[in-house]
Amino acid sequence: MFKKPVSSSGKTKIKSSVQRNIRQKICEQFPLLESVIDDVLPKKAQLDLIKAPEKVSLYALDNQVLFFQHHNDAIMPHLRIVHKYPQCFPTVQVDRGAIRFILGGAQLMCPGLTSPGAKLPPPEGNLPEGTVVAINAEGKEHACMIGVLKMSTEDIKKLNKGNGVENCHYLGDGLWQMDSE
Amino acid sequence: MEAESSASGAAGAAAASAPGEGSTVVPLEVVYCGVCSLPPEYCEFGATVKKCTDWLAGNHPSLHQKLYSSEALESKMGTMTLEAQQKAEKDLAKKQQKEELRQEREAAKKKSSVITIKRVERTKRKYVTVVSGIEAFELVYKTVAKEFGKKFACGSSVTKSAAGTEEITVQGDLSDEILEELVEKYGIEEDNIRQVEESKKKGGSGAG
Repeated sequence: MFKKPVSSSGKTKIKSSVQRNIRQKICEQFPLLESVIDDVLPKKAQLDLIKAPEKVSLYALDNQVLFFQHHNDAIMPHLRIVHKYPQCFPTVQVDRGAIRFILGGAQLMCPGLTSPGAKLPPPEGNLPEGTVVAINAEGKEHACMIGVLKMSTEDIKKLNKGNGVENCHYLGDGLWQMDSE
Repeated sequence: MEAESSASGAAGAAAASAPGEGSTVVPLEVVYCGVCSLPPEYCEFGATVKKCTDWLAGNHPSLHQKLYSSEALESKMGTMTLEAQQKAEKDLAKKQQKEELRQEREAAKKKSSVITIKRVERTKRKYVTVVSGIEAFELVYKTVAKEFGKKFACGSSVTKSAAGTEEITVQGDLSDEILEELVEKYGIEEDNIRQVEESKKKGGSGAG
């Protein structure tokens, strides 16, 4: 989504009612984040909406992007938030070999999720298709990618073939660069 | 806010045994590399590994110790097959070379590019000053224009030139002052700045 540098066309302030909606949506999507939502997104804070190309909206606070969303799809957190609150997001782990491809912006293939170095949630913690997940890497402490599951984690284990997670935001991509400037 | 604090207060006593529950989640402070902006553990996949390691050693020695000690390096390689490792290394070396080349090119380009400060006559004794070419020095037109306006207390705006490139138009004859400002504040070598005076168009005045 952000392979190229993001060229924003200005930012606008978000209405407080819309902001409340966003807040609620985030809480619904990431129930674990609810306990710290006040720290991530203070109630009184004024969020900014930055419009990026291809119907991507970025939600920023004090010039730092916190969340982003494509059209009306699921809201996804910026990696910086995931780094700060890693336990608040569903996570899967990939093996070491896959890291360099991820940082190049590739889609995540199933074998990278099922090999010995990788970790998927156990059967009882099955994540359905469409879940927003943070991707951790073998031997690393911090997440390196945010993606959407293309199939449920159980299916990934069963099929072990093809595209497992859609790469939405990764370390060093346009969105990341935009913030570190 | 009140609800949150009371909840964490109540849970604080009991939650010590359940760290994963998230009732008392404290944000982690993450160090980001000053060179490539990624978390340091991912520096090795970037193209500026050497610079990153140096930076880390200088700024966060303990973290550097942890990430780049010989044991850490060894354990990292453990799970990959030899073949995959070699391939990855080859790829990385290629990437690094490319990056170095790119940087060299950029430096050379920077050296050779020029900022033009042009004095344009408006009426007989009124001038505007047009500055162009600052994008080669990683300056943003809009912000610099604002700064000029503040500094010289005059109108200053970003305009499109005839060629379609952007330039800053400052109202008033300020070419010497702008030259000084560029050198002092933005650290641009004087050799890279050129002062020009636009000559009055010949015969153009007769038409009006």
